[in-house]
Amino acid sequence: MPEAAKNGLELRDVRVCLDGRELVAVDLTIAPGEIVTLMGPSGSGKSSLLGHICGTLPDAFEVTGQVVLDGRVLDGLAPQDRHVGILFQDDLLFPHLSVGGNLAFALPAHIKGRAARRARVEAALGSAEMDGFYDRDPATLSGGQRARVALMRVLLSEPCALLLDEPFSKLDSGLRSQIRSFVFDLCRKNSLPTLMVTHDPEDGAAAGGRVIELRG
Amino acid sequence: MLRFIPILTIVLMIGPVSAGLIGTILPAFGILPALGGTTPSLEPWQALVAQPGLGASIRLSLVNGLIATFVSVAIVMLFCAAWQGTRTFHALQRILSPILSVPHATAAFGLAFLIAPSGWFVRVVAQFTGWDRPPDVAIIHDPWGIALIAGLVAKEIPFLFLMTLSALPQADTARTAQVTASLGYGRIAGWFKATLPRIYPQIRLPVLAVLAYSTSVVDVAIILAPTTPAPLAVRILGWLSDPDLALRFMASSAAVLQLLIVIAAMAIWIAGERLVAVIGARWAVDGNRFKQDGAVRGVSAVMALVAAGTVVLGLVVLLVWSVAGFWAFPDLLPRGFSLRLWARELDAIGNSLTTTLLIGIPAVVIAVTLVLACLENEVRTGKPAGRRAMFLIYLPLLVPQISFMFGLQVFFSLLGLERTLVSVVLGHLVFVAPYVFLSLSEPFRALDPRYGQTALCLGASPARVFWLVRLPLLTRAVLTAAAVGLAVTVGQYLPTLLIGAGRFATVTTEAVALASGGDRRMIGIYGLFQMVLPFAGFALALLIPAVLFRHRRGMGAQNKG
Repeated sequence: MPEAAKNGLELRDVRVCLDGRELVAVDLTIAPGEIVTLMGPSGSGKSSLLGHICGTLPDAFEVTGQVVLDGRVLDGLAPQDRHVGILFQDDLLFPHLSVGGNLAFALPAHIKGRAARRARVEAALGSAEMDGFYDRDPATLSGGQRARVALMRVLLSEPCALLLDEPFSKLDSGLRSQIRSFVFDLCRKNSLPTLMVTHDPEDGAAAGGRVIELRG
Repeated sequence: MLRFIPILTIVLMIGPVSAGLIGTILPAFGILPALGGTTPSLEPWQALVAQPGLGASIRLSLVNGLIATFVSVAIVMLFCAAWQGTRTFHALQRILSPILSVPHATAAFGLAFLIAPSGWFVRVVAQFTGWDRPPDVAIIHDPWGIALIAGLVAKEIPFLFLMTLSALPQADTARTAQVTASLGYGRIAGWFKATLPRIYPQIRLPVLAVLAYSTSVVDVAIILAPTTPAPLAVRILGWLSDPDLALRFMASSAAVLQLLIVIAAMAIWIAGERLVAVIGARWAVDGNRFKQDGAVRGVSAVMALVAAGTVVLGLVVLLVWSVAGFWAFPDLLPRGFSLRLWARELDAIGNSLTTTLLIGIPAVVIAVTLVLACLENEVRTGKPAGRRAMFLIYLPLLVPQISFMFGLQVFFSLLGLERTLVSVVLGHLVFVAPYVFLSLSEPFRALDPRYGQTALCLGASPARVFWLVRLPLLTRAVLTAAAVGLAVTVGQYLPTLLIGAGRFATVTTEAVALASGGDRRMIGIYGLFQMVLPFAGFALALLIPAVLFRHRRGMGAQNKG
């Protein structure tokens, strides 16, 4: 994607409704490398908004407005064609694949050749300080390691934007700040427009970007 | 393509049932051109009414079906109420699941060998009473049909138990039990008052399927039911197999009558449900707590254990007979053992095993493919199958086999498919697919949808997500469903016999055919061989994922089949 086209993630007057009731309404632009935090109580439709942006929201919801990523309208595109990555509070590593298998699953097909693909995955593991973990069973990793693999997996899929759905709420408090800065640093380094929903004020403070409060 | 599969599946279920019913109803009123019936008439009905003992046959079918269903449901409900969440409960769960794979006919033979006048139970008694010859009473084929009821109950309990088991989590039963206990209710009363009303709607279709089956069963009835007269379904099979083709007309009207009996049984059952609901609604809020339910709990455990134990012990006695040399009454064990019969039958058994697989494997593969496609379509469209679609998938289990299998045979012969493998496989598929759906839908829908969403957002196409994520995650559930399907096709007696018109000798048709001969050693061998395939299927369903994912600890918890 040419550098000039990187305008970030625009949510143009997006409203998500269920059974005629408005759950959430936002109108904002997230610049590349910016981390915007949406705060709100549970049931305020934060996760539905993320589902809408990445294209996995069930039909039962009615949504108006437009989602634009780097000048490209996402509405109507299939999730796999949107280049929007998402991290949930659970790492959701595929338990039937090895750590390396999980990462290779995310690596786009245009990176060809067994050796080249393996090298990319190994490099990603290295940058997460997890060299030599390629053949490990995800079930044997610590919570912090799993969180880092999950993030590396999203980044390897070469997303143009990142969505974070309470990504730190299940981590021990000791780990939380460490993983937070790991995630946020990489978002900025990769110039990813990032939208995080959370109900932990510390998440917003640590992100250091705009914090938008939603009413329940 | 994918979105047409649910419709195709329903057509494959409804099509044979409706074609079969039409093919039964027309001859019942004299119309069957192939046999010269061209003008509508009531003659078949007049001939049927003139049959001796018809009333007794109808009564046997209706009453025994209702009693067997009621007793099975009562024992399962009572046991779940009394023991849910305890170690006893989990222990029985482990015994009952494999018992589900025992074909009906095998279980019935085992029971017969246990309770017959020269069976194991009487031999044990004889040790103390000093009898030197079997008592002269009809214990199996007893005029009341008690042996038939016992055989049906022993085999339906595991099925209803597993169906209840999959309904339990959806009603949040563990916490409900805590609440009722803290309000001072005894275990059983609390469960019947607070949990049963919530789970019954979910097990209702399986219960009605059990009722339809018990009211119209043929193979178990041949082995255990009274013979003078036999239940209606057994007599229909006799008329259908009679060399006098003119009897087909009367047999058809009897098959329609059998359908009416099943409908009547369901009407009585549903009326009973209503009555219980009205009385139960009052009872639920009358405040009685029944705190002292220890005795009832004990009785329920004993009943469940006796039911499970009977099937297991039946398998043991089949095994002993299959290798028995000379075995005089009242000896507990034969004087000698011999593998001579096994060696002699090996070739014949190999052939019938091959035939069984030739029918079973295509039926299972088609059923699993259809069910997976239906469930995958649900995920992709976000629309789960409605109640009506579920009812249509269950329909083949609610209509008595004998009422549409003959008609289906007529229909297939119109298509030129009579006595072909294709038609037998299609006949089996009608019964395999509903059970595969029952087994697979629960774990498929329980899979965390965020796995699929995550994979899509990583850029994987829906097809890739299915093949590389959902399917591997569900390996054990899919293999278990296939094993359930295999157990169902192996156990099919009527579809193989009627649609195959005797051309396909499976282990089950061979075993049931031995029933009248009474050669216990041969019955032992064939009864056990009915077990081999279902058992191997379930063993593979456990073994394959264990080997495949031996280095993936997360797959154990992930993938409770």
